[in-house]
Amino acid sequence: MHDKVDVLIIGSGASGAAVAWSLADTRMRILCLEQGDWVKPTDYPTNGRDWEARLFGDFAINPNRRARETDYPINNGTSPIQVVNFNGVGGSTIMYTAHYPRLHPSDFRVKTLDGVADDWPVDYATLEPYFAENDRMTGVAGLEGDPAYPHHVLPMPPLPLGKTGKCFGEAMNRLGWHWWPSDSAIATTEYDGRAPCINLGHCTPGCAQGAKASTDVTYWPHAIRAGVELRTRARVREITVGPDGLASGAIYYDAEGKEHFQPAEMVIVACNGIGTPRLMLNSQSGKFPNGIANSSGLVGRNLMFHPFAHTYGYVDEPIDGNTGAQLSLWSQEFYETDRSRGFVRGYTLQLHRGAGMIVDAIANTARGFLPWGDAHHDVYRTIFNRKLGLSAICEDLPEEHNRVTLDPVLKDSNGIPAPKIEYTLSDNTKKMIAHGVARSKDILEAAGAKNIGGEAPMLNAGWHLMGTARMGTDPERSVVNEWGRSHDVRNLFIVDGSIWVTSGGVNPTSTIQALALYIADNIKRRLADATLFD
Amino acid sequence: MKYDTLSDAEIRDLRVLAGLMIPASASHGVPGADDELIFADILKSLERDTADTRTALRQLAALSGGAFANLAPERRAEVAARFRQEGGGPLFALNRVVLLCYYRDDRVMRSLGQEPRSPFPRGHVVEQGDWSLLDPVRKRPPMWRRV
Repeated sequence: MHDKVDVLIIGSGASGAAVAWSLADTRMRILCLEQGDWVKPTDYPTNGRDWEARLFGDFAINPNRRARETDYPINNGTSPIQVVNFNGVGGSTIMYTAHYPRLHPSDFRVKTLDGVADDWPVDYATLEPYFAENDRMTGVAGLEGDPAYPHHVLPMPPLPLGKTGKCFGEAMNRLGWHWWPSDSAIATTEYDGRAPCINLGHCTPGCAQGAKASTDVTYWPHAIRAGVELRTRARVREITVGPDGLASGAIYYDAEGKEHFQPAEMVIVACNGIGTPRLMLNSQSGKFPNGIANSSGLVGRNLMFHPFAHTYGYVDEPIDGNTGAQLSLWSQEFYETDRSRGFVRGYTLQLHRGAGMIVDAIANTARGFLPWGDAHHDVYRTIFNRKLGLSAICEDLPEEHNRVTLDPVLKDSNGIPAPKIEYTLSDNTKKMIAHGVARSKDILEAAGAKNIGGEAPMLNAGWHLMGTARMGTDPERSVVNEWGRSHDVRNLFIVDGSIWVTSGGVNPTSTIQALALYIADNIKRRLADATLFD
Repeated sequence: MKYDTLSDAEIRDLRVLAGLMIPASASHGVPGADDELIFADILKSLERDTADTRTALRQLAALSGGAFANLAPERRAEVAARFRQEGGGPLFALNRVVLLCYYRDDRVMRSLGQEPRSPFPRGHVVEQGDWSLLDPVRKRPPMWRRV
């Protein structure tokens, strides 16, 4: 048995890193258990000539394809969207595009404004200082003055516009629609020991330059220097409960498969929208036969993805291709509810640069554009480096039948039951997707693109995992309270995307981390006045 | 991870199929996917896709009524056309490996104006651009809903 710690954090990704860093100034003994390894910058694909091939191998976004020792399998069932993630120090921030929008103020008030789902028990104004603190810790690039957001200042200038951005910008101006350089978690100048972006190409499978803000290079170095212990290759099987009904620690397996018990005064779960409900449902006891902190029955329910509607076309002249960050522009033209569109809520449009030679060739083969035989070469030379792509990130509203359960058969390499996904698209979402595709086509036509096509929803695009342990003030309608503490277990906290009440229509990492910092501040305040476990 | 290797017969069929998918082109100065170096890379890179490739090659052999490599050129073209229609996921996996090895060959990359090198450490140059293009957007009133 290990020495008891004051705070046990499970998961070292976006939220686990932020909460660890924030709590470090309490001088409590803090330990984070992470099932994966550190990823060395020299391991990232862009170090080698095989950088694109590794997107289909050890850096595949889908864990079932990647199948590293440190991954766990996921039964995606018949879901039209498959879960993608990464397991290692930094979690899925190792493998994200670093597109970094905040939720909008309206996202926290969907019931009040639009009569759907539920309002959040926190609001944008409450989180605003945490957004700012997180932007500073993360190192965010962007341009102030975006009319789609409340004013905020970012630490670094935006990523370059490039040929692709110019093409999009001119098209959007022709249509009179909003577009703006994205808030991006990519350093464009020297920042906190990180080198600036040198346009390596796709940012998703890790940044060899260290410009992309994965938490292994942002929060973790600061947290570790402040005394937090980060223990890798520690895969947690279950959170244990003592006779007092409080969480007593966690049982985990090390890299050799040896079982350990780590006792703790307080447990913070940070495994995101699939890993968190999986762990909680696996944490069964006499007091919690259906999983820890699950008296509401909502652990695993209300799973929200962001269905991605991807649309593309080809222009006549070469544009940026794979050079530069894939995402650096967004449009919020269709974000806020307009009932004349036939649905409520809305979506962000991400405006993409292209792909490398291999990914472009594979994608164009799948689309049926690239023939076999002698014509192959001529055709490829008319489409390579000429693709404009857009993705509508559609807001997914919570529905209890969309859920994570435990698979009765599938297990990981330690014998821990794997998650199973049950998910369908709502009518509102389907209408939103159709609208996103139609408006994307308008943009592509305004840009002079031809051979327009798309994939909606994208199958391999379950990046954003939310809602499966939602927050709220009513213990019968939520799993954690308004500051992240479990209603059922007073020393158990959740800080990741699973506590989201609704999904908004933006990439969630910025808001996940702001929420984690907000919860950490609440923990510190209540520690100070001795009300944390009241 | 350890992966199976293909039999000699499967390798022969795969090489002929690869050359049919992407033949050499004198006008573009590029080899075909059945080029010795490229094909060696394909065999080495099957890895996670070995099982799917095997399934696809079995399907190809069934459509051929025997070894695809032994068919006359006209018949090969007919079988390949049908295979492309019916091959499904296993063929997609096979085709993906062919493409990922073909388009990382130095000769092929140069023919498309690409430098045969890793992205790191030199990176790439992207035009900074002119942000005055945003002026019409800057003039818009706030779009976000106040709550």
